[in-house]
Amino acid sequence: MKPEKKEEKRLKKEKKAKNREFVIIAYMFAALFVALSAYFCYFLTFKSDDFINSSYNPRLNSLQTANIRGDIITSDGETVATTLTFGPIEKRSYPKGREYCHAVGYAINGMSGVEKEASFRMVRSHDFIIRRLYNDITDQKNRGDTAVLTINSKLQDAAYDAMDDYQGAVIALDPDTGKVLCMVSQPTFDPNTLADDWDSIVSDETSSVLLNRATQGKYPPGSTFKIVTALEYLNEGGKADAPYNCEGEFSFESTTIHCYKGKVHGEQNFTNAFANSCNSAFAEIGLNLDVKQYGKLCDRLLFNKKLPTKIADAGKSSFVLSKDDNSSMLMQTAIGQGDTLVTPLHMAMIASAIANDGTLYKPYTLDKIQSPGGAIVMPYFKSRYGDIMSKEEAGNLKWLMRSVVTDGTGSALMTDKYDAYGKTGTAEFSSNKDEAHSWFVGFAEKDGKKIAIAVVMEGAGSGSAHAVPLAKSVFDAYFE
Amino acid sequence: MTHIIVTVSKYILIILFAIYTYDCFAALVNSKNEERANRLYRKQTTLMFMILTLAHSVMYLVKLDIRIIGLLVVEAVYLTATLIIFKNMYKYGQKSLVNNMCMLLTISFIILARLDIDKAIRQFMLACVALVITCLIPLFVQKMKSLNRLAYLYAAVGFLLLLLVLVAGSRVYGAKINIKIGGIAIQPSEFVKIIYVFFVAAMFQTAKDFKQLAITTVVAAMHVLILVASKDLGSAGIFFITYLCMFVVYTKKPALLLLGGGGSIVFVWLADKVFTHVHKRILAWSDPLSVADDAGYQITQSLFAIGTGGWFGSGLYQGMPDKIPVVAQDFVFSAISEELGGFFSLCLIFVCMSCFLMIFNIALQMNDSFYKMVALGLGSVYATQIFLTIGGVTKFIPSTGVTLPLVSYGGSSLLSTTILFAVVQGLYAKYHLEVMEKKESELETGKEGREETKKRKKG
Repeated sequence: MKPEKKEEKRLKKEKKAKNREFVIIAYMFAALFVALSAYFCYFLTFKSDDFINSSYNPRLNSLQTANIRGDIITSDGETVATTLTFGPIEKRSYPKGREYCHAVGYAINGMSGVEKEASFRMVRSHDFIIRRLYNDITDQKNRGDTAVLTINSKLQDAAYDAMDDYQGAVIALDPDTGKVLCMVSQPTFDPNTLADDWDSIVSDETSSVLLNRATQGKYPPGSTFKIVTALEYLNEGGKADAPYNCEGEFSFESTTIHCYKGKVHGEQNFTNAFANSCNSAFAEIGLNLDVKQYGKLCDRLLFNKKLPTKIADAGKSSFVLSKDDNSSMLMQTAIGQGDTLVTPLHMAMIASAIANDGTLYKPYTLDKIQSPGGAIVMPYFKSRYGDIMSKEEAGNLKWLMRSVVTDGTGSALMTDKYDAYGKTGTAEFSSNKDEAHSWFVGFAEKDGKKIAIAVVMEGAGSGSAHAVPLAKSVFDAYFE
Repeated sequence: MTHIIVTVSKYILIILFAIYTYDCFAALVNSKNEERANRLYRKQTTLMFMILTLAHSVMYLVKLDIRIIGLLVVEAVYLTATLIIFKNMYKYGQKSLVNNMCMLLTISFIILARLDIDKAIRQFMLACVALVITCLIPLFVQKMKSLNRLAYLYAAVGFLLLLLVLVAGSRVYGAKINIKIGGIAIQPSEFVKIIYVFFVAAMFQTAKDFKQLAITTVVAAMHVLILVASKDLGSAGIFFITYLCMFVVYTKKPALLLLGGGGSIVFVWLADKVFTHVHKRILAWSDPLSVADDAGYQITQSLFAIGTGGWFGSGLYQGMPDKIPVVAQDFVFSAISEELGGFFSLCLIFVCMSCFLMIFNIALQMNDSFYKMVALGLGSVYATQIFLTIGGVTKFIPSTGVTLPLVSYGGSSLLSTTILFAVVQGLYAKYHLEVMEKKESELETGKEGREETKKRKKG
């Protein structure tokens, strides 16, 4: 018996060896199919929204015939978009009108904003099954699901009111999550009459009311860019207490850089120069920076690339400085006046990363989808992008931005209700030196609660006179 | 009310199909326990008929088209007949493979009736023809021993057919795939695939020296090149990968798979640079939305369907699969995914996967090297085709325009796949028969009873 068993084993082994390649090929195909299935699941879970909400997708219209497009509400429950029904006629209505026009967007002619992002979700219905059954039998449409914004109506009101008649943008983020807390862009359009106004808006080439300046507007950053320049300066070994004597202007070769309104800051150190937004000091610093490193830092801070955000069509900021650029360009760039262009969203993201020890969360405006009855259908979660700066770098900038509030151009933000940090800016955008955009980029915190903000008011003048008070009213509303 | 029925039915269909799929793998693992395998087989058959009946009933409720009920009746008869015929034709056939074939046909019947009832009727008639031809396969398999001597004949037939398409073929979406004979479009590459596997297997079996190996490789490469010239990239891919797999088994050098994989990536990269039609497809794959109304039209429409359907689908007749070009052929998977749901499609992927694993399993078990090679080649053809079609319509890989075997509309594809399954069944049955005969002769010569139990275990 025994040798027979051995023989049997040997045969088995032989067959196994003979079959080795068969097994490998079977495993190879199995692996391909597992990868295919995994990809399919990934697509359905994460990627399908891009396709569903595409204006090329013919299915949205058909769903709209079965369900009434749902509401859009703010995080604190205020309705900002709803569908009114008059018998068979449906009309999209925006109770808050112009205030939310860019954040909410429009649902005609290709759609925009959350109207676009949540379009598919709002024309589906997860209403109570009994009600849907009743609607089905009585041949009525179901109420579509509700889209809930991350935006808080109190902050939005504060920003919208403080914006007054100025053109420009305000955007505030929660640094811990990336939630957009308010988003205002002016000039606005009236979403309630957009269908009628459409032709005149589109044909008027000078007007850009459809543009969401908070996410797409590209502005010269002015002195707010000194945040980036200061970080590069410190990274290259610059000292926060290095002395500098400001004489109101700085000249090199044929270029002269003036401090704002020719102000002479006198004897000061680097921190003071940041707090006082001293152009002379920063122009000189700019001359000595390593251009390659400077460019690398900007890459890391998300210049020249698509911003990591779920907000559709967010614009790209641009930083274009090369070794071949002359000294004038270097000095201008260092104080935020060169060819650099930024979006308010991008500046708010940088501020939010500084507030958050360097960690950036991707900004988003859509918090969740809920049924008409209020049950959560689909929550959207915060999504970490990564560290765009180290904890130490964020700490250094925080310290500098605090000095702007304690003894610099942002002193209006000094309060015991919260600790504010920031950088003001006055960005010249034309040869007329009196015309400048008023900027503020910063954040505030209190007991672990944080808010980051970017404000730009076109042609308003100095940052401290206009943008800072606006930021203050948003901060006040947030920490109320 | 209909709406609620459609909604409820889509969940039931998913559950039924999920159980079926689970049983496929249970059958794969338990293939040696005959009693358990039979139980699973009966359960699967029941599930299959439940799915067929439920889907058709729902479709009838929505459309109130009596032809749907008519189809349901004849399809049920057809499936029963197929099961019985295979059972009798191959006493020792692999039952779960037959079941899977019928299940895939069931899904085909459902989705084609949904998409276009006229096509469903035509496809059903073709399925009947396929069943008749399948009955002739055992004869063919009987003669298989001499089949391995006809290598050059296979090569010549396959080669000429492909050449004919290249010269006289009609263009479909830029590729030459069909030839029209008396108003009927035939897709020769579907049949050449099978002949080609026989050719390679026969050559390898007799190959003693490098020369024959080289001839085989050159002939195989020429097949692929003609297909590339016809712009039938999907078939070219299938022929290439199949050859690669068979070559690896013959030479016992698995590392060649990596070389082949790397080589094809380089080839695709080169083709992207040189051929505009390839470049267009790759662009449509990498960023379809940017060319949504041009080169990316097909794939974006497919992804709209899959995405909007989501995990649970829209329910029968609730989606818009007819917006996808060639939905009944190349994009049938997207239509299934849209209306029956992502879970259902995922199960479909798994059922196809269990099919080719069963074929490879059969290749493993057999002793004769020619049969082994044929089974392996056919398994590779099938697996590659599924991967290319599903990968293509889901944007996992660039779209190559191949059909989903047994599910897509089209006679050539249906016929060639049923033949492929029947041949594999034949091989398996033949192997079992040999084992049984050997056992019997051993019994006659007075071997121990223990030996017998061992053999049975093996079976």
